[in-house]
Amino acid sequence: MAWPLNIDPQQILLHWMNLAILTGGLYFLLFEPVKTFIAKREAHYRELDQQAADKLAQAEQLRLDCQAKLGQADEEIHQERVKAQQAAAQAAQKQLEQAGEQARHIVAKAKAEAEQSKERAIRESQKELRELAAKAAKKLAAKPGDDFYDQFLDLTERSGEHESR
Amino acid sequence: MKQHKKGLVIWLLIVVVLLIAALMAGSPGRSETVQEAMRDAVLHDSGQVSLFGLKTVNPGMISAFVVTAVLLIAAALIRIFAIPRFKLQPGKLQLVLEELVGLFDGMAKGNSPHRNRFMGAYIFAAGAFIFVGTLFELLGLQAITIHGHPITLPAPLSDVNAAIAMGTLSYLVIASGGVAQHGPKGILKALKEFSLPISMSFRLFGALLSGLLVTELVYYYVNLSFVLPVIVGVLFTLLHALIQTYVLTMLVALYYGEVSEPPHKGEPKSPQSDNA
Repeated sequence: MAWPLNIDPQQILLHWMNLAILTGGLYFLLFEPVKTFIAKREAHYRELDQQAADKLAQAEQLRLDCQAKLGQADEEIHQERVKAQQAAAQAAQKQLEQAGEQARHIVAKAKAEAEQSKERAIRESQKELRELAAKAAKKLAAKPGDDFYDQFLDLTERSGEHESR
Repeated sequence: MKQHKKGLVIWLLIVVVLLIAALMAGSPGRSETVQEAMRDAVLHDSGQVSLFGLKTVNPGMISAFVVTAVLLIAAALIRIFAIPRFKLQPGKLQLVLEELVGLFDGMAKGNSPHRNRFMGAYIFAAGAFIFVGTLFELLGLQAITIHGHPITLPAPLSDVNAAIAMGTLSYLVIASGGVAQHGPKGILKALKEFSLPISMSFRLFGALLSGLLVTELVYYYVNLSFVLPVIVGVLFTLLHALIQTYVLTMLVALYYGEVSEPPHKGEPKSPQSDNA
């Protein structure tokens, strides 16, 4: 049977074969290798991108850690400062108390010493009085013509002058 | 400057001498009328060529084999010498190859998101065949017919058998996508578009043949053989090589995508009408 337009099934089959060879050949020789290369390059750049993103995330994490540590350090510094201030205040208070104690002690000691001096002076003056009285008595006893009363007054006046000096 | 002027004058003289010689030499006389030339361009009933002495075939068959051989040799050379030297930052050749492969692969993936591995390879090969095959007629390679006359090898797809082969094979590829996705039921999806192989075949045939006929017509009359062939022969050929490559590959990818679409709960999408 003659086909119209010079159509020849055998030639169509030959063209099919030709196209099949071309499709397979171009697929294995060109299409697949180039596609594989493109995919490899995409994977390479994706990996680089991922690495960059990881590094960025690490840097961000590091920044956050540092920020947290800085915050913590600030807090520690604050606490230490408060502690130091408290310690200084305590030390100052203690010193003040000690100074007060010392002052009280010094005052007490001074008072005691003053008291002692006073007592000693009184004792010495009493002692001198007694001695003077004794001396006066001896003198009176040694001079029978003298009035004892006048002699005593003279003696007392003289001892008063002596003390005022 | 003087030398330039001298060269220009010599060149113009040569052109004029050759033109006069061509016009004076005359023509051996036409062996066929324009009607016969047109008929032969379409039907190839008198311009058949022997295929290695096995069978007489249309000259388009020889063109197809030559185009395939050229493409495969070029691909093999690229595979051996260029692809192993590909770099992360591509050179010119690498860029062209990657663009070409990416274009067809992207077309396959864009139109057929579910099954596209084979589709990409097929439309890459079909596109290369149509484009290079269409430009092939510009080379003007000669063959000897069985009657002993020299004949210029035409574009493969200007042969109706090649166009039918390309159209039907594309249809089979589309049907194979349906079968691969849906099993035997998938063939029904492809059968709905029963006019597709005919439309694809004759679109290619018509487009390529029209170019051939116009070229034949232009070359038939010697008065039209100046300047005009540059436009008709080169620019038109280049243009419809691009257009036909794009149209066929896009249609195949579209239909393949439709028939290989996995079933979903909604109403099945009807295949797009063939407007191209």
